[in-house]
Amino acid sequence: MNEQNDRKLNRRRFLARAAKAGLSIAAAGIIAKTLYDKQGPSAQPSSELVTIPDFSVPAMPGRTISIVKGRDRVKTIDKAIDLLGGIERFVKPDDTVVIKPNVAFTSVPALGATTNPELVAEVIRLCYSRAQAKQVYVTDNPINNPASCFTISRIGKAATSAGAKVILPRVSFFKLTTLEGGKYIENWPVLYQPLAKADKLIGIAPVKSHSRAAASMTMKNFYGLLGGRRNIFHQDINTIIAELVMLIKPTLVILDGTETMVTNGPTGGSFSDLKRTDTIIASCDPVAADSFGCSLLGLKPADLPYLAKAQSAGAGTADYQSLKPIIANVT
Amino acid sequence: MKIVTVRRISQIFFFTLFVWFCIVTTYGGKFWQLRNWPANLFLNLDPLVALGTILTTHSLYSPLLWALLTVILTIIFGRFFCSWLCPFGSIHHFFGYLGSRNKTAAQKIKLNRYRKAQSIKYFILIVLLIMAAFPSLAATLQTGLLDPIPLVTRSFNLILLPIADGSVNILSVSQRFYETTFFIFAFFLAAVLLNFVIPRFYCRFICPLGALFAVLSRFSIWRIGKNTKTCSNCKFCEQHCEGACEPSANIKIAECVLCFNCRQDCKTKDNVIRYQAKPSLAGEVTNPDISRRGFVLSLASGFLAVPAVRLAGKIKANWPHNLIRPPGSLAEPEFLKRCIRCGQCMRICPTNVLQPAGLDAGLEALWTPVLNNRIGSSGCQLNCIACSQICPTAAIRPITLDEKLGKGSFADKGPLKLGTAFIDRNRCLPWAFGKPCIVCEENCPLSPKAIFIREYFSTVRDGFLTVKKVVGNTIETVEKNLTLDKFATGDYYCSLDGSQKGKIVTNTNNAITISKEVKFAKIPAEGSTIHIQIRLQRPYVDIERCIGCGVCEHECPVSGKKAIRVSAEGESRSADRKLLL
Repeated sequence: MNEQNDRKLNRRRFLARAAKAGLSIAAAGIIAKTLYDKQGPSAQPSSELVTIPDFSVPAMPGRTISIVKGRDRVKTIDKAIDLLGGIERFVKPDDTVVIKPNVAFTSVPALGATTNPELVAEVIRLCYSRAQAKQVYVTDNPINNPASCFTISRIGKAATSAGAKVILPRVSFFKLTTLEGGKYIENWPVLYQPLAKADKLIGIAPVKSHSRAAASMTMKNFYGLLGGRRNIFHQDINTIIAELVMLIKPTLVILDGTETMVTNGPTGGSFSDLKRTDTIIASCDPVAADSFGCSLLGLKPADLPYLAKAQSAGAGTADYQSLKPIIANVT
Repeated sequence: MKIVTVRRISQIFFFTLFVWFCIVTTYGGKFWQLRNWPANLFLNLDPLVALGTILTTHSLYSPLLWALLTVILTIIFGRFFCSWLCPFGSIHHFFGYLGSRNKTAAQKIKLNRYRKAQSIKYFILIVLLIMAAFPSLAATLQTGLLDPIPLVTRSFNLILLPIADGSVNILSVSQRFYETTFFIFAFFLAAVLLNFVIPRFYCRFICPLGALFAVLSRFSIWRIGKNTKTCSNCKFCEQHCEGACEPSANIKIAECVLCFNCRQDCKTKDNVIRYQAKPSLAGEVTNPDISRRGFVLSLASGFLAVPAVRLAGKIKANWPHNLIRPPGSLAEPEFLKRCIRCGQCMRICPTNVLQPAGLDAGLEALWTPVLNNRIGSSGCQLNCIACSQICPTAAIRPITLDEKLGKGSFADKGPLKLGTAFIDRNRCLPWAFGKPCIVCEENCPLSPKAIFIREYFSTVRDGFLTVKKVVGNTIETVEKNLTLDKFATGDYYCSLDGSQKGKIVTNTNNAITISKEVKFAKIPAEGSTIHIQIRLQRPYVDIERCIGCGVCEHECPVSGKKAIRVSAEGESRSADRKLLL
């Protein structure tokens, strides 16, 4: 305020003023002392790292991977999961489940560039009705605009209709993590918020051709949990995909080869890019699932160097035959 | 209920409605997103939008017919829009009240007196309309810069909502970004803060829509006026006069915004001030105060402004290559005849790729929509036509998905092209630096992709090695300085004579192991030279297929200046920017 101070100075007022001045100086001094930083900032800002939980369930020999032939996705996935011991083996009552479909693109379901919404819905139903899961979340960090991807791929609608909640990737949901023994995943943001509250993680991916990685299947699907400028990892795609399965230990992965995107992947965009292969694989081991899955594209495991890399890192078995896959047909 | 109370309720109602319509201009299917909300209502009711586009295009685009309602009501009742409906007017009303609430009655009366400078708004309107009506092809619609409805819509869409939502992210999953908005913000803020100098500064001196209403209200049937010749002349009626129209004396009908504060403030028992059909007994001025000199000067300015702006050649040969218009946009001269810079397209765009253009796009194109593939969450989404559906003036004409994608009945025309992607081989990782990448190819949404690849094996630096001996699949080299497993990524090959290739699985500091599947037919001889090569997939753009959606540019990992960039050459909307035969 601009009030004029016309009062005369006397001893009392002088002392009061001196006391206030003294306190102000003391306050300034205390602030300076408290915040004093002798070093200056370090080159890398330190931040808290999170650890991604291990979502895998105990192994049951001979029940690691099932390969089921069938035209109908719902019946085929039911059978494939049953052959591994049923959904109850993977999801316990009151579990919180995160489903990670491939929702990378703003593409309609029929074009097969994203996980089939009916397949997602069926797995959610199994989690709720048979396994008595407490809550199912569906999440992904798509390449195209996230909200549009979940809408146009129909995965958003299918998930909410089946009772799951969709978690769109918000900036605050990403936390930094470091993969021990990894080369690239170091202080790297991952979509942690949904994983932090989950007991189980189920990946569901279609089989798609991919110029850089040869094929995009269940392992590559976990790329969608990375944040940041993840595109730079394409310089060494095989190592990063192997690191992904070292980092993420899913409960179960489902590889949908009902229709395989044989050309123009991973975006597709035309029915002529798809070929009916009528196969769904359920597996506790993503490496094994992809090792079989690449055959749907006419590829051999040796064409996908990340399989051998993941195996030598102990993240799975590239020789899926050694796991004695359970093979069945659904009519 | 007092009439000013009714007015305040109306202002609050329409302001809330306006904000609600800004909020629901969000891509999606929830109730608070754009389903069937008439999000353009205020723009449609704005007669300056309608008149401007009529002058430039000689037609009235159907949703703008709503403006006729405003025109009719104004002709009958006067400038009700300004004090009852206009959301920008309500903001000024409120801030004007804040600015003068602690002032004395005499000070308020002084603030709200009529000023000669109130004529400026008429001159602004004349200049803008002359520019719009400019003969031949040169007409340009610049009303949107100052027209309060586009101005306030733009300010809410591009500044206030992104700031408000930025901390909570309810309307959008991630922060929305808009280039050049600082200047939109500065403009909006200046207009609001000027209320502390003179209440309703913008309305009184600048608003071209108010000026248009002033002309229309000339014949209004009911007006504010006195029903006696003389009164005590206390001037209390001017204390809160929003229009500064001198109700105490010769009321300036053109300036009156029908706030009814004069009627409320009149202390006489028999209500000297009334809203009545008969002319004010104290005299009234119906015509806007436009001097002949000012009129001629603004005519001349309007006529000169268009050719002066066009001297830059921005819609001719000097067109800005980075001015990539959204799908469905009209050719540039036609576009500039319709765009009012309301920002609705930029607000609805789900990826935030649509941005207000800066001055580099040309003065005429300021704040018109342009794609910036670096800023949003993706490029232009293949299956989206939201901007073309919301555009209130059809500067982006309403297209169907079939037309955008060149399907169905548009199959012979092919997809709409926004431009063409160009690869910068000096920046591209495989082209310039021998590093695998092809993120652009992966993300091209077309089928078949407009980006295709060619395989190329490039010998790495220091990649010429001498064979010491061969054991099985392992080649031991004379050189002992190899980095452990540097060549084990699955992308490296060992080449003999430049022709036979073996895929490298692992390497030590002096030995390279070749894959069992991909190996040499002939074992390399001792002392011979082998090449370490990296398998590259180099991207090429198929110019006949590329639609310029910009997804590749958005995803390119060379994140500063992208190694693949879309440029407007080849855009469908203008024949003169065609690139191919």
